[in-house]
Amino acid sequence: MSRTPVDDVCVAIRSDADVVAARSLGRSLAEQHGFGTTDVTMIATAISELARNILKYAHEGEIVVETVERGSMSGVSVVARDDGPGIPDVGLALQDGFSTANSLGLGLPGTRRLMDEFEIVSAPGSGTVITAIKWRR
Amino acid sequence: MPVPILKQGDCLIASIQSALTDADLLELRDELSERVGRYRSKGVIIDVTVLDVLDSFASRTLRTMAEMIRLRGAETVIVGIQPEVAFSMVQLGLSLDGVTTVLDLEEGLAHLDRSRRARVAHAGG
Repeated sequence: MSRTPVDDVCVAIRSDADVVAARSLGRSLAEQHGFGTTDVTMIATAISELARNILKYAHEGEIVVETVERGSMSGVSVVARDDGPGIPDVGLALQDGFSTANSLGLGLPGTRRLMDEFEIVSAPGSGTVITAIKWRR
Repeated sequence: MPVPILKQGDCLIASIQSALTDADLLELRDELSERVGRYRSKGVIIDVTVLDVLDSFASRTLRTMAEMIRLRGAETVIVGIQPEVAFSMVQLGLSLDGVTTVLDLEEGLAHLDRSRRARVAHAGG
């Protein structure tokens, strides 16, 4: 299967089809950036989970995937942004087993394990921005 | 995109051809549960070889599917989970506890064949 080159990816997340689109475009970008299959799969899975969180808690938002450089390091960052209800206690949301929407409670801690860096900026009523980075080895 | 379901003897084989949305997965679940009854199937193989991501929803739905099919009297075997997909599932904390998973379609058919022989031996003894 041939793929057209992908620049930075920005996908509006409003339905389950958008989840598939976001992870597929993110995968292409990571492949193009020289990541190996295992890393590409971890990035695609993380995108899928972050997009699901948007649907579940905020109903809509966006996923942006782009390449990042820091010093001699090169990688991709995944930003999940929504204007939903926000996360009251970010520390609690990152504990294994915690969930408010009756899911398995694995979402954020599990997603963090797939990536190298993981940052949440959120407050009740002001939406959520999650930035996750994976560096190329 | 709907998943083709083949009937082979007393087995059904659902061969996933491309990435599935949540709605596609739920449709597959309901379709398999219905066809197990229509064809009086004893075994179901779900081939996920082409799936490059099995996230929390997909894992949960596969578990639900296997349990529904078990309640309908048939056994489910998931085949073709790729190594990097397996790795990501473990990192994410997902499992398919209680669901039989084997390497590929060939192993899946062999597994169901052993189950069939065990059933026949049990009925005969």
